[in-house]
Amino acid sequence: MRRLSSHPILDISSQPTITFTFEDTILEGVEGDSIASALIANGIVSFSTSIKKHRPRGFYCAIGNCASCEMNVDGVSHVRTCITPLKAGMMVKREER
Amino acid sequence: MKIYDVCIIGGGPSGLCAAQRCAEAGLNTLLLDRSPSLGGQLIKQTHKFFGSKEHYAKFRGIEIAKLLQDKLTSFENLTILTETTVVGIYEDFVITTLHHNQYKKVQAKAILCAVGASEKFLAFENNDLPQIIGAGALQTLVNQTHVVPGETMVMIGSGNIGLIVSYQMMQAGMKVKAIIEANDGIGGYKVHASKLRRLGVPIHTKSTIKRAIGTDKLDAVEIIQLDEHYQEIPNTSQIIPTDVLCISVGLSPLHQLTSMLNAKSAYIQELGGWVPLLDETYQCSVPGLFACGDMVGIEEASSAMMEGHLAALHVCAYLKQSHPQAAELIPYYENQLYELRNGVHGSKTLKGILKRKEAMNAQ
Repeated sequence: MRRLSSHPILDISSQPTITFTFEDTILEGVEGDSIASALIANGIVSFSTSIKKHRPRGFYCAIGNCASCEMNVDGVSHVRTCITPLKAGMMVKREER
Repeated sequence: MKIYDVCIIGGGPSGLCAAQRCAEAGLNTLLLDRSPSLGGQLIKQTHKFFGSKEHYAKFRGIEIAKLLQDKLTSFENLTILTETTVVGIYEDFVITTLHHNQYKKVQAKAILCAVGASEKFLAFENNDLPQIIGAGALQTLVNQTHVVPGETMVMIGSGNIGLIVSYQMMQAGMKVKAIIEANDGIGGYKVHASKLRRLGVPIHTKSTIKRAIGTDKLDAVEIIQLDEHYQEIPNTSQIIPTDVLCISVGLSPLHQLTSMLNAKSAYIQELGGWVPLLDETYQCSVPGLFACGDMVGIEEASSAMMEGHLAALHVCAYLKQSHPQAAELIPYYENQLYELRNGVHGSKTLKGILKRKEAMNAQ
């Protein structure tokens, strides 16, 4: 996992840092991140678990369609983290099963 | 409850062009999109488009998204709401939306759906492991949010999206270990495949994924060769360690919204799956409900834009507020679409559109 520092086409300028909490850990993302992209940049790829067998689920569609990335954000359940912009101070958790 | 002349659902290439035309005609227009930014899939497409000038050839998707949005800045009769998901459409054209965890209702005299498509999935063992990512999603992650989810990847599917995304991941510094294709030949344009081959990326045709390997996340994939009947050939499997597996096996139209209003739909393989049936004005079997773009048949952004213009011009006519240039624009865009579909790759689409038309007439 890493953030791009340069790219042949895209303009990669450094963005201001945003601090948020995942489970009990304080992590850093950047302005422009989705919650999902910030988690992946921090090496967290398991976002939710399947209902019956509790199998780990990650980032799949990035258009808010597949439900694989739904998490609890600031106490609100089933937030689609792939289309929700990261904001400072967010409390992000996996849903309890 | 606010009442609009038209509500356009989906702010991708099709919806943006539609919004421009509806607004130009003076309709009180609402444009909704569930994403934080407009442009749909264009906003992470770093590649240049093919075709002619009218189809934005030589522009990158990211640039086209901006050009289309720039055309919408001057309208007072256009309201744009992002991060707004439509959760229901009712018979009286009341639309319920979810925005920042708040539930709201609006009503429209006409609805134009341009919601696009979703990535198809593939059945194999452990296909739900984290780090198995759809091609469009991987593109978003890397090109839009600039996060690279691993150092190595394997791509399933050698259509244009599979090839283009593989190349783009290499531009972001990932190593593409293999591209897997079940068919005998490469699905996408040769120009894309050749570029990858020159860079040393192996493209395995007549092969498929047997299973993904890993517990909490993907560690490796097992691929296997297929015979001419798409059956696995024993003792031909190999295990490839990889951080990411990218799935690019086609797209499915998102027909669910028009189906909420019981608009007639049909499964048309050439168009990618279930699609709403349309008359020649892009109107569904429900009067006042229109649809265009990938949700009525999988094509590309260029045709989605043309359809967006056309469908919007017909919406204006339906609302008896014709666009001042409708008489020139309708034949112009119809001709553009005809040209786009007249190539080798358009024959499948044309066959699907004919089937969709026949199914509509049979109703």
